[in-house]
Formats: sequence, C-alpha cells, structure tokens
Amino acid sequence: MGKARKRPSARASRSGASSEGSEPPAEADAKAKRASARRATPRAKKKAAPPAEPRPRPRARRPAASRDPEAETRDGAVLITGICGRLGRLLTRKLHRHDRVVGIDRRPFVGRPKDVVHHQIDLRRKKTRDIFRAGGIRAVVHLGIMHDPRASAKDHHSWNVVAFQKLLDAMIQFDVPKLVVLSSANVYGPSPDNPQFLTEEAPLLGAQQFSGIRDLVEVDMLAQSFFWRHPETETVVLRPCHILGGVRNAPSNYLRLERPMTLMGFDPMVQLIHERDVVEAIALALQPGVRGIFNLRGPGEVPMSHAFRILGKRTQSVPAPIAGAVLDRLWRYRMTSFPTPELDHIRYVCMVDDTRAREVLGFQPKYGLEDTIMAVEVER
Amino acid sequence: MEGKPTPVVPFANLGYKPTRTSETALGELVGRLGDRMVRFAEEALGEELDARIARIRMHPNDAGVDPFGFDPATARYALALAAFLHRFYFRSEVFGTENIPEGRVLIIANHSGQIPIDGLMIGTSLMLDADPPRFPRSMVERWSADLPFISVLFPRCGQVVGSPDNARRLLENDEALLVFPEGSRGISKTFDRAYQLEAFGLGFLRLALETGTPIVPVAVVGGEEQLVSVANVKTLAKLLGMPAFPIIPQLFLGMPFPLPTRYRIHFGEPLRFDGDPDDDDAVIAEKVGEVTGAIERLLELGLSRRKAIFW
Repeated sequence: MGKARKRPSARASRSGASSEGSEPPAEADAKAKRASARRATPRAKKKAAPPAEPRPRPRARRPAASRDPEAETRDGAVLITGICGRLGRLLTRKLHRHDRVVGIDRRPFVGRPKDVVHHQIDLRRKKTRDIFRAGGIRAVVHLGIMHDPRASAKDHHSWNVVAFQKLLDAMIQFDVPKLVVLSSANVYGPSPDNPQFLTEEAPLLGAQQFSGIRDLVEVDMLAQSFFWRHPETETVVLRPCHILGGVRNAPSNYLRLERPMTLMGFDPMVQLIHERDVVEAIALALQPGVRGIFNLRGPGEVPMSHAFRILGKRTQSVPAPIAGAVLDRLWRYRMTSFPTPELDHIRYVCMVDDTRAREVLGFQPKYGLEDTIMAVEVER
Repeated sequence: MEGKPTPVVPFANLGYKPTRTSETALGELVGRLGDRMVRFAEEALGEELDARIARIRMHPNDAGVDPFGFDPATARYALALAAFLHRFYFRSEVFGTENIPEGRVLIIANHSGQIPIDGLMIGTSLMLDADPPRFPRSMVERWSADLPFISVLFPRCGQVVGSPDNARRLLENDEALLVFPEGSRGISKTFDRAYQLEAFGLGFLRLALETGTPIVPVAVVGGEEQLVSVANVKTLAKLLGMPAFPIIPQLFLGMPFPLPTRYRIHFGEPLRFDGDPDDDDAVIAEKVGEVTGAIERLLELGLSRRKAIFW
C-alpha cells in the first residue's frame, strides 16, 4: 500500500499524531533516545559540510561572511506550492536562510519563519497570477498535490490537474526559469511484469490498476510535455520511491500501523527514501542547469518484511484473495484509509533505477536504511 | 573435517534481532528443519554445501542485500534438496566445468523433459562441481511473480523475472546467467524430436554482444527420457492457458514423477562474439547458428558416449 497519499494541501490542518497512542513509556523513551542519537549523525554531517550548491547568479551574491539573512539572499525567490505540507515545511527550513521563499497553500503556515512570505490562497485563484506578476520569482517547486482516495475524481482533477495547468500558464506568462515537480515512482505502478528496476523511460502504467491516481499520472505527463514545449524553462520532474518520515502518505501510514496486514506468500523488494533526502534532492534540482526526469532511490532495496523487522512490528499475514475482499469491505465502511488497489504495492515490485539522479543530479541519500525506516516513528 | 562453517543467518549483516512472534516462530521452525536437511545432505553426500555457498560472490546494495532479493540463507535449503536429486536420484555426470570462465557468463543449454529439472541440474552442477562455485541466476516466467510463496521463493533463490533489462543488469554484475533460448517449445517437445534443437531465440546473443559476455554452450543428455511425451495437444493447452499440454504415458501407468534417468551434463568451450548488438536478424542468426552448432556437437558426443539411459 504504497501510493503516496499526501493530505490535500487544501485541508485546514493536519490531524495530529493519533495513530500511535498506546506505547509503553519505557519503550517510547528508549525509542526517543535512539531517535535523537540517529538524528544527530546526519545533522552533524550537514553542519560540517558547507552547502555546495553553486549560486545561479554570482554577481547578485554579497559576501557570505555576513550574518544578515538578507545578505545571503539569491536573486529571485523560490515559490513553493503546498508549502504547509510536511515536505514543504522541511524544504522551507532548508532554503529560507539562503533564498527568498514564497509559499502558496490553502492551509495556514504554523511556525512560519519570519523571512518567508506565505499566501493563504487556493492555487486555482486569480491571485496566484498576482504573486507572479509582482515578479522576482526564479523557481517554482510544485508540492501542492492532493491525493486522498476518499475525495472524488472531480476534486482530484480540479485540484491536481487544473491547478497545475494554471500554474504552468502563469509560469509561461511571467517567464519563470525553473520548475521542480515532485511526482512519484508510483506513476510506474506495481506489476508482476515489471523489471526489477524501472528507468525514467518506462511507461507510466500506475493508473492501469488503480484509477485513483490517474490525475497524478496526468500531472507527471503535463510536466513532461511542459519540459519539451518550453525549453526556456528548466523543468525537473522527481520520481522518488516510497517516502518515509513524518509525512502522511500511504507507505509511512502503513508502516505506522499497529499490526499491519501483509499478503501471505508475498514479500516484494521495496525501496524507501527518507523525507529529508527528498528535500535534499529538491534543493539539488533547484540548481541552475539541471533539467530532466529523475528517479530517486533511498539507501537500497530490501524485502518488505525486513522493514517490519527493523520496526519490531508483528504483521498479520492474510491470503491475497481474502485480503482483497476484507479490505474492500473495510474501505466501504470507512474503517481503513487504504483502498484495495494499493494492495499491489505489497504484492509486486515497483522499484526504480536512480543512475541518472546519481550521475546528473549528484544525489546521494544521506540516511541509511535503519534511519529511513525508523523515521516513520521518529519524525513527527 | 575442519571446523563447521558458521551458519548463514538471513540478512545477518544488518544485525537485527527480530521480536518473537508467531511468524518468526514459524520462520524458526522452517529454519531448524531446513538446517537439519542441510546437515543431513552434507553428511549423506559428503559435500560442503555451506562452505560452497559462502564462496559465491555476492553483489550487495548499500543496504547489504542483493537488489534482486537473492538470499543465500534461503538458497541453501534449495541447494540441499537439489543436491539430493543431483547426486542420488539422477546421479548426474558432469563434464567440462573447467570451461566456465570467471566473471560474467551466459550459459546456454538445450531444454528438455517437460519440467525444468535440467535447469536445476545445471545450476546444481555449477554450485557443486564447478570450481570456484558459481551461483546460477536464471530468468523465470513473469507469471511466477503472481503466485503466492513462489513469488518469494524464486527471488530468494536467485531467480529473476525474465526481462532483457534484468538480464543485462545481472550480467553487468558479473553473474552467471542460465538461459534456455528454446523456451517452452524446447521443454514440451515430443519424444520423436528428442535431442533435436528447436529454433533458438536471438535475444540472448544480442545481450551477449551488448555486454561482452562469453557464451558457454551446454548439452544435457538424459532429460528427454525422464518424462516421455508422445503428443502435445495444442488446442487443449490453449484452452487451459498453459504453454503446452503433453500426453505422458507414464503418468497413466502410476508413475507421476520423472524417471531416474542418468543426467550427463557437458559444458563446452566458451564462445566469444563481437559485433553490433542491433545488427540485422540474419547476421545475429548466423552467430546463433554457431552456438546451436556447438550444442549439437556436444549432444552428439554425449549421446554416443552414453551406453545406457538409466545408469
């Protein structure tokens, strides 16, 4: 059940950490300790290595020695749609010291850094155009994608496809030189016919079995056609494998379940990536000169059962036909957030080849396997 | 006997102790039984299975796992079972294992016998008779990924869903890839066509050219007689969605298992080809002809040397 199920950016607030309440305090304490230890390493690394991104317009940069945040500002702002989501906020935190960050989201931005401008509006509204018209936007990062299997196809289409189309129109009109779209490896879709590793050229068959993600495939396709039709804009499409962490998407929610259901006799190899690694990749994609489609892969492929072993979770293994029927019922009575077609993700492989991201984008995941998997419990 | 090799624990390099649950209890039970089987096989056959498994070169990813799902700890159980068939049931004789080169290699063999025991026997001889042991990776049918348990067992035992892309990756990892270019046409042929090669596919040769892989031709003698098929009812096969519907008389005579024929496996000298992998079919077919020629010669040699089918 891996389809990235991001909460709609349009939603008022994220429902809190209610899924995990009944944890013995001692265990929770130990977990927290482990967590802090784990978190310490990559952060320390990050501090040690100065940010190596080449600046787009060097003449615009003033001496880096100055502590004034304004002095570090690059020419032009980065516009982030869906900024109030988990990834949007992580990206803001990463960028706002060096870049001017402008956000668009229907949700309020709780804990917004002072130097970030947030417009609490719907992306489809005319006001979006005004933000572009004001000028000074050098890049757009499109994270404002909704995927809520309960929402209607009409809402999905309007929110994902129409809004994205409007965003693209505004970008053409106001000559924004960079677009980064966060798609997902799920657009390829899990299938028994998949080769072990899908390259960026593989057909996008994700909606074949699961029509609920039709609009997400369409967004990816729109970004691709924009890439070809508007070479003056550097378009980057990122297709990460299952993102784990504090994000509220299907793979993280699945791993957070108390007693997750698995399919008897199926244990596919899966790829997992830490949310902060995805943010890192988006930052790399913002570098000038980078364009194209990139699959993102985390620390490596593992059998799915291994993720549960790391989390120390018991699973409930159910024969596949029964699981389908049961999940169907549960879905209908609103007792689960996983629609039945997502079972394919715990049944077949859907893994990507990230050679291009390593070679062209220079992306290397910083988080190891254990950190990545534990992130679903640790990152809140 | 020197000190016992340390038992191979699944994904031990990751250093996790699973919590005890019913599933891990089941896993432990399977592990204990499998372990006993491996020990028994080692004692009965005088083979050092674990030592051989430990000698194969792995290509782990950054997480310390084979990216295709190969897990030696599971494969050893399968190897123990296959070793029994290899040594006791089919009493295979293996010739020319010194012809298997180091590094990437395509092992191309004739396919026969209704069920793919020839693949198992070639694989087992690569592990037990070749030096250094090579773990064979072969391409399995795509629908196997849709079968419960099989879909886990095959990848854990190093078998990969058949696709040119997967084959290329495995060869680039310097693996030994076992391919039957005759496919299901070869395995389901009737007895009147025994030891005659069906038309070979061309894909394996393009792959060899592309990756610069030597081809080792292999002839398997003894497979045709294990399950003699007198006819292949194609309409019925089509109706049932099966690759073939063989009529096998021995099944009606109360022998629903392959006969214990003696397998003779001949590894030929490696063939190396150069050229453009995207060349015309006719050019590629010529090169494929060299491979089929080599296998035919080995088959002739094997059949002429064979004095009896069952011993």
